[in-house]
Amino acid sequence: MRLSVQWKTTVDGGRCGCLAFDRVTTSQHEISDEIAKLQADSPKGAPLLDFPPYRSTLLRHPTKELQLVDPEGAELLAPVFGHSDVDAVEADLTLQRGGEPIGERIRVHGRVLDGDGRPVRRQLVEIWQANAAGRYSHQGDQHPAPLDPNFTGVGRCLTDDDGWYSFTSIKPGPYPWRNHHNAWRPAHIHFSLFGTDFTQRLITQMYFPGDQLLALDPIAQSITDPGALSRLIATYDHAQSEHEWLLGYRWDIVLTGSHATYLEPSDD
Amino acid sequence: MTETPGQTVGPFFHHALAYAGDSELVPFGSAGSVVLHGHVYDGAGTPVPDAMIEIRQADASGVVPAVGGSLRRRGAGFTGWGRSCTDSAGRYWFSTVEPGLPFFAVTVFARGLLNRLFTRIYLPGADGAMDGLVAEREPDGRLRFDIHLQGPSETVFFKFPRT
Repeated sequence: MRLSVQWKTTVDGGRCGCLAFDRVTTSQHEISDEIAKLQADSPKGAPLLDFPPYRSTLLRHPTKELQLVDPEGAELLAPVFGHSDVDAVEADLTLQRGGEPIGERIRVHGRVLDGDGRPVRRQLVEIWQANAAGRYSHQGDQHPAPLDPNFTGVGRCLTDDDGWYSFTSIKPGPYPWRNHHNAWRPAHIHFSLFGTDFTQRLITQMYFPGDQLLALDPIAQSITDPGALSRLIATYDHAQSEHEWLLGYRWDIVLTGSHATYLEPSDD
Repeated sequence: MTETPGQTVGPFFHHALAYAGDSELVPFGSAGSVVLHGHVYDGAGTPVPDAMIEIRQADASGVVPAVGGSLRRRGAGFTGWGRSCTDSAGRYWFSTVEPGLPFFAVTVFARGLLNRLFTRIYLPGADGAMDGLVAEREPDGRLRFDIHLQGPSETVFFKFPRT
C-alpha cells in the first residue's frame, strides 16, 4: 500500500493533513490485514465510524466523542406515515415496470421490533438495491453491467399491526467498487427504518447467507463483533418459498429502545 | 433485545429516498415559511455531495405533529418531517416554519459515514441553546447552518441514553 500525507486548506483557513491511499495498488490482502487488526482491538456491535479499510470514512467520521443528550421535544416522536404515503404495489419490485425483471425472484420478509421487543406498527420501510447484474438504476453507477429496463430496485411498504414487512424482488448481484484493487460489495439490500421515536432511525444493509464476499468487505466488517454482523444476514426461509415461483428469506430488524416509555436508571 | 447495527447509506440512494417535495414541509415561498439551509463539509472542508439530512420539528405553536402525508404532501397538513439530499455543491435546504420548540432535530447520513449521526439546529436566540448548534439568521431571513463531519469546526453530534 502507498501512503502519503496531503495538506489541504479548510474552509476555515486551517490546514488539515489527510492520509491519501492509492486505491489502485492496495490489495484485498492488505485491506483484510487492516480489518483483522482493527477487529482484534475491540469487537463492537455498532459500526466503527473511524474505519480506515473503508477509505471514504477518512474525512467523514467525527473525531470527537458523541455528546450524551437526553431526548426532548421532536426527538421523542418519529414521523408518522400512512396509507396515503405508500401504495401496496410499491412492496413488489417485480411489478413496477411493463415487464418481468431478469433474475432470481425472491421474497424478503421479517418483523420490525424495538429494543424492548415491541412490534413497530404501521411504520415506513424503504428499500433500494442493485439489479441481478449488480447495477443500480442510479445515474452515478458506472459499473459496466446491464441495466434492467423492468427493474428500478426501489420499494416501500408499511409494517402491519404486528410489525411485519414483506417485499417481493429480485436477488441483487454483487458489484465492484473502487475502495481498493478488485474490491467487490457482497449482494445486499439497503433498508431505511423508523421507530416510534426520532432517535430510533436506522439505515442499514441486509446481506444474504453464505456470501463469500462478506468476510472481505470493509463496510460489513466495520461491525467488528461477528455476532452483531450476523444480525445483518438474512436466513433462507423455505416456508416462504413458493412452488415454481420464488425463494423466501427472513430478516428481522431490532431498533433501539424507545425513550418515551423509558425511565432513566438512577445513579445514586 | 440487541439492536440491528447500522450501515452507510452508500452512494446510490437518491433514486430511492429523494422524492418530489421531500424538503418542502411547507411550500417554498408560502406565507410564514422560512428556508433552513447550509452545506455539509468533510474534514478537509470539501463539500459532501452525497449526504442526506432529515429534520423533525414542532409546528409554529410548539406541537410535534403525528400525522401522515410526508411522502405525498399535496393537500396534506404540516407533518413536521422532511428530507433533503445534498446537491453537487454539498448544499441541503428545507422550506418550513420556525418551530415553536427551540430546535430542529437532525439526522445526517452520507456515503463514507458508517452510521447515522444525530444533532440539533437551534433557532437564533433560543433559550438553552447548545454551543455551536445555533442557526445564523441571514439578512434575507433565511436560517443557515453548516454541518461539518470532521475538522476544526466539527459539528457536535449526539448519542442518546438508548442509542
